[in-house]
Amino acid sequence: MRRLALFLAVVAACGCATSPDADPRDPLEPMNRAVYEFNDTFDQAIATPVAKAYRGVLHVEIRNRISNFWSNIGDVFIGVNNVLQGKFQDGVEDWARVAFNSTIGLFGIHDVASDMGLEKHDEDFGQTFGRWGVGSGPYLVIPFIGPSTLRDGTGLVLDFHFDPWNDVTPSSFRDPMWALRFVNRRAELLDASSLLEQAALDRYIFLRDAYLQRRRNQIYDGQPPRRREEDDVNEAPKPAVK
Amino acid sequence: MTMKKIACFLASLLVLVAAHAQEATAPDVLVKTVTLEVLDLIVKDKEIQAGNRAKLLQVINAKVLPHFDFESMTSLAMGQNWRTATPEQRKQLIDAFRTLLVRTYASALAAYSDQKFDFRPLRAKPTDTDVLVQVRVMQPGSQPVPIDYSMEKTPAGWKAYDVAVGGVSLVANYRTEFATVVRSSGIDGLIRDLQAKNRQLEQRK
Repeated sequence: MRRLALFLAVVAACGCATSPDADPRDPLEPMNRAVYEFNDTFDQAIATPVAKAYRGVLHVEIRNRISNFWSNIGDVFIGVNNVLQGKFQDGVEDWARVAFNSTIGLFGIHDVASDMGLEKHDEDFGQTFGRWGVGSGPYLVIPFIGPSTLRDGTGLVLDFHFDPWNDVTPSSFRDPMWALRFVNRRAELLDASSLLEQAALDRYIFLRDAYLQRRRNQIYDGQPPRRREEDDVNEAPKPAVK
Repeated sequence: MTMKKIACFLASLLVLVAAHAQEATAPDVLVKTVTLEVLDLIVKDKEIQAGNRAKLLQVINAKVLPHFDFESMTSLAMGQNWRTATPEQRKQLIDAFRTLLVRTYASALAAYSDQKFDFRPLRAKPTDTDVLVQVRVMQPGSQPVPIDYSMEKTPAGWKAYDVAVGGVSLVANYRTEFATVVRSSGIDGLIRDLQAKNRQLEQRK
């Protein structure tokens, strides 16, 4: 986490070294491509095989329980971010989800709240900054983590900092569970990453554009203004008027 | 009733029937019918379930392709470069892009395992000729994944010219890729890249 903050600080410091005909959203492309290559090598050599083995060993029902457990922990700060964005009703719903799922749902392994009609939301500090009108800043590929931007990477530092799992003791239990969390996450994404490999001519560009589009969509909660021709993913939305 | 009145009545009836036949299936109804029909075919077909890619592509070609406007998709993905492409280049681009999209689509379908669909009510005026049809794929324990079809009314019925999954528009995503390749190796370079990609995917199955 501290290393991530350091990485962002270093990037911000060398942000001036840009090539003239780069994509305006991605002035650091040469560095990003290098980190992307590194991540891709790590992913193919270690993360994907581990995720595949994990998927092979554990039945889908058990994996869903594990996903639910982590999803429940995430809901605490999804609620905080909804409140920070002025979406009080969504925030209260998120905390109601935590209350029901942690109790009736047995520490979150059953998502009873969704069955009760409390829908899962998707928020983080990067989206909150976006809502507040902060532009995405340059696109960044973060070592081991992947596509991000200066704004979202900063948000990620806060996401990790405030994650309730940090407070769990003893560390001999907490740290292996962090590993499980990442492996489970990678396994969830196996289908998506094999599609990416199929569809893309240049995976770096395809992934970058998909990431930037997706974040824009998330900041607008799935209802971005429609546009057909123009292509400036960089602009920030107006702050929510609610 | 006089003969004239009967004739008049019959004539107006005919006009009504003709007008009804002209009316294209509503875009949201079209998406729902085609989605459910294709998924039903796939789930019931033993060969497709056993991994027969050729059969799956046949189903997609017959049931899904007629509802997409690949020329629009290709021209939108090409952006400004479309204007400088010759008719022959345009034809090759459309062909290669269609093949790539269909193969990707087939892989997405092959990964399908009884997720539930939520077909959202269409929010558009009856006079609109360009609408967004929204579908959500429900998955246990995570946020539903939205699939949005941008559709345009054509003389041959409603046709999709873009699909966005989780807010990621396919056309917009290919636009930067295409522009990058065209800048470095021209439109013919892009055609070669697309064809090479398709050959590589074909060998791999």
